[in-house]
Amino acid sequence: MENLITRYRNVTILVAVLFAQVLGLAMQVKRNTENEPTRLIRIWAVNAVTPFEKVIVWCQRGTAGLWHNYFYLRGVRQENRDLKAEIQRLRLEQVRLSEDAEQARRLQVLLGFKEQFISKTVAAQVIGSSGSEQSRSVYIDKGASAGIKPDMAVITSDGVVGKVLRVYNSNTAQVLLIDDQTSGVGAILEKSRLQGVLRGTPAGEVVLEKVMSDETVQPGEAVLTSGGDRIFPKGLPVGTVTKVSSGPDFFLSIRVKPAANLSKLDEVLVVTSVEEKEPAVNEAGPMRAADILAQRLPSVPEKPSPDASKPGGTTGATTIVQPPPRPAKPETAGTTSQKPSVAGVPLGQAGSASPKPKPSDVTVGAKTANTTAVTTKPASSALIKPATEQKPVPPAVKVSDQVKTAGSEAKPAAKPPVAKPKPQPVEPQLEPAPPEDKPH
Amino acid sequence: MPITYTSQEQVEVYRFSIPAAILIPLIAVFLQAFVPLKLGFFSIFDLPLLVVIFFAVARRSPVTGLLTGAAIGLLQDSLTHQPIGVYGIAKTVVGYGASSLGVKLDVENAGSRFLVTLFFYIAHEIVYFAVARGLVGLTLQWSWLHELGSALANALLAVALFALLDRFKQRT
Repeated sequence: MENLITRYRNVTILVAVLFAQVLGLAMQVKRNTENEPTRLIRIWAVNAVTPFEKVIVWCQRGTAGLWHNYFYLRGVRQENRDLKAEIQRLRLEQVRLSEDAEQARRLQVLLGFKEQFISKTVAAQVIGSSGSEQSRSVYIDKGASAGIKPDMAVITSDGVVGKVLRVYNSNTAQVLLIDDQTSGVGAILEKSRLQGVLRGTPAGEVVLEKVMSDETVQPGEAVLTSGGDRIFPKGLPVGTVTKVSSGPDFFLSIRVKPAANLSKLDEVLVVTSVEEKEPAVNEAGPMRAADILAQRLPSVPEKPSPDASKPGGTTGATTIVQPPPRPAKPETAGTTSQKPSVAGVPLGQAGSASPKPKPSDVTVGAKTANTTAVTTKPASSALIKPATEQKPVPPAVKVSDQVKTAGSEAKPAAKPPVAKPKPQPVEPQLEPAPPEDKPH
Repeated sequence: MPITYTSQEQVEVYRFSIPAAILIPLIAVFLQAFVPLKLGFFSIFDLPLLVVIFFAVARRSPVTGLLTGAAIGLLQDSLTHQPIGVYGIAKTVVGYGASSLGVKLDVENAGSRFLVTLFFYIAHEIVYFAVARGLVGLTLQWSWLHELGSALANALLAVALFALLDRFKQRT
C-alpha cells in the first residue's frame, strides 16, 4: 500500500487536495453561508487585495480631479449657464411636485398609511469586483466604521444597485448586485402596480418573476422597489421593462434593464437608516382658522422668526431636502397658498381621522419659510376652527405696521401687487382647542 | 506544429524567486478584480488561470502545479460571495494537468502556449461548471460559443503574458 502511494505520489496528492476542497465545499453548502461568520480566508484575501485597489482608486480620482478641476475647464461657462437654466426649470417643477406630495401625504394621513424615509446614507467608492462572471458583487471603501451592516440597501442616484452582503473590516464591505442570480428584490410595476421578485440570471440579466401570465405588462414600464423585502425602501427606481414573454408555471418572464449602470459603478450610497413613520400632517394639514384667515389677509411680510430658520423641523428626515422658498404666486386676495383640495378635504375627517395626536407640539406650516408662519400648537388642537367662531385675529391690527416694514424687510420685486397668500405670523398657540370647536 | 515530444532530460525546469511567486498571483487576482470595473469586456479573461498555467508549465512539477492552482483558486474564491472551493478545485486540476503536460511537451514557444491555454481554459470551465452545478447548485448556462470565444481571447492574451512573465524565470 505504502509502495503504491509512493509510486503514484502525484496522483495521491491530487486526490487528497481535491477531496479536501470538495469536503470543505460540501460543508459550506450544507450550512447556510449567508448567516455564518465571515471565513478567515476571505478576510485575508480581501485584506490582501483591497489596499492596492484603494491606492489605485485614490490616485485615479486625484489625477482626474486635478485635471478636471484645474486644467480641463473648457465649456464650463456654458455648462454653468445650462445648469442654472436647469435649476430654474427644476424649481418650478419642484413647486408643482411638492403640492402633489402634500396632497399625497394628507391622503396618507387620512388612511393611516406609514411612509418610509431614507433618513441617512453613506457615500462610498467602488474599489473592486469579485472578478468572476458568476459572482456579481463589488467592494466598497466603507465598512463597519461608517456604520455599514449586512443587508443595507445600496443605491445610486439612478436607482437600486444591490445590498451589503458582508462587512470585512472597518473600511471594506462587499455589495451583492441585483443582477446576481442569488439576489432578490421586491419590486412593483409603476403603472399596473403588479408585484414580483426581481432576480438576476446566470447571464447577468435582470428579470421580474412571479407576475401571473394573465396580466398585461408593457415594455417601457418603470419598475420600482415595493418595500416588501424589508431591505430596499419603497419607491426606489429599479429599472425599465424591456421584454415580456411567457415564463414557466403560469408566470411571465419580464426582462428589466436596471436603472443604475451596474457595469460601471463608481460611487454609491449605502442607506444606513430608514425611518418609517406616519406622514407629517403639519405641513399643510389641519390648521387653525386663524391661520387660514391670516393667509387670506392682504400680503404682509412675515416677521423673521427664529423657528422658521430651522430647516426640516417637521419631517425628521435628515436627507429630505426642504424646498427653497417658493416664488411668489400671483394669486389674488382671498386665495390661499394651499391648493383648494386642502380646504376641500372634509375637515371633520381631517380632524377625526388625524391618527393619534401626539403629545408633542406640532409645527404648522413650517414647510416654506415665506408662505406660512411657524406656529406651534398641541396636536390635540388640530381641528380647524370655523371662521365664524374664530376670534378676530389680533395681529390684524398690526397689518399696517407690518406693511410699513414690508418695503424694508421683504422683497417687493418678487411679490405681486396684490395679496400674497402669506400667513400672519401668530403667536404660538399652546392651549388646546376648546371643546366647542367644530370642524369647518 | 511547435508542440514537440521531448524527454524529461531535455526540458528545462525553472523556478521563481519568492517575491515573484507571491506577487505575480496576487497581482493577477488584483487585476482580475479591479480592471473589469473600468473595462467591462475584461471579465472574459481569467488572469489567475493564465498564471496557474504559466507556473505549472514552467516548474514542470505536478505537485507544485496543483498546489499553486489550489492556492490561487482559493484566493479567487475568497473574493466572490460563493462557497470557497469552486475555483480552487478547477484550478487544482488545471495546475496538475498543465504541469504534467509540461513534463512531456515543450511548451516554450508561442504556438504551443496558445494551444495549451486554449485546451486548459476549456478544461477549467468544464470542471468549474460541473462543480458549481453539481456540488454548489448554482444555475449556470453553458454556451459553447461563449466559451470558445473566451478561450481564444485568453489564449491570445496568454501568448503575450507568458512572454512577459518569462523575465521572472530562473534556471535551476
